[in-house]
Amino acid sequence: MSSPRTTITTPLARARGHGASGEGAHHWWIERVTSVSTLLLFIWFGASLLLLPALDHRTVTEWLSAPVAAVPMLLLILSTFWHLKVGLQVIIDDYVHDEGLRMFTLLALNFAVVAAAAWAMFAVLMIALGARAGA
Amino acid sequence: MHRNPSRPLSPHLSVWRWGPHMLVSILHRITGAGLATVGAGTLVWWLAAAADGPEAYQAFVDCVTSPLGIAIGVGLSWAFFQHLFSGLRHFVMDVGAGYEIERNKFWATATIAAAIVATALLWAWLVVPT
Repeated sequence: MSSPRTTITTPLARARGHGASGEGAHHWWIERVTSVSTLLLFIWFGASLLLLPALDHRTVTEWLSAPVAAVPMLLLILSTFWHLKVGLQVIIDDYVHDEGLRMFTLLALNFAVVAAAAWAMFAVLMIALGARAGA
Repeated sequence: MHRNPSRPLSPHLSVWRWGPHMLVSILHRITGAGLATVGAGTLVWWLAAAADGPEAYQAFVDCVTSPLGIAIGVGLSWAFFQHLFSGLRHFVMDVGAGYEIERNKFWATATIAAAIVATALLWAWLVVPT
């Protein structure tokens, strides 16, 4: 690698593909992408809740049964859980110093995040598709 | 992977002098962890209760509108705003701006103030009878 004075490569470009696992820059980038998508989806979510006339069961399920709400809600779940998985992973990387315990904790984190996201998505699909089937 | 124990890992909080920038840094992590656990859990509960039916949904509503539920709700909304404003500050710092010490401290303090104001405005709006 040339000295910093003679390169026009950005720090991010230099970091890509390097680091212990070879994917630190990718992890960093996913954290940024999902933070933007989560922010946009939560603006939609917050505005939707504030605009709903009530937050009772009937109003909420009628709202969520329309594709225009169900699809962004599914994306919100995907984006939020992806972002929180990446974020919690950094905390585990920093504070769980024993390598074996760290691997176990990361494994548990991945399972828990996928299970919770799947549960939430299934609930949205039940509401949306159940209403469609006339249930 | 072998680790050299003589080389410190990230959380050596005790050797840093506290300032607003440092407080915001650790608050970003704490609020993120809170949102990722309590916040995400509440979201899953809300959706699962809505899918389950009116009784389960009412049980959820009764819990989140109880005094403890509202206290947790205030905490979650503050954590959301703190994490949001601190995250926006991180985007600015990601492009290499805002590292001058006075400017860095100013915007760190600004995220704390903005999060408190946003939380107060949200709950004032929610509590005001419509």
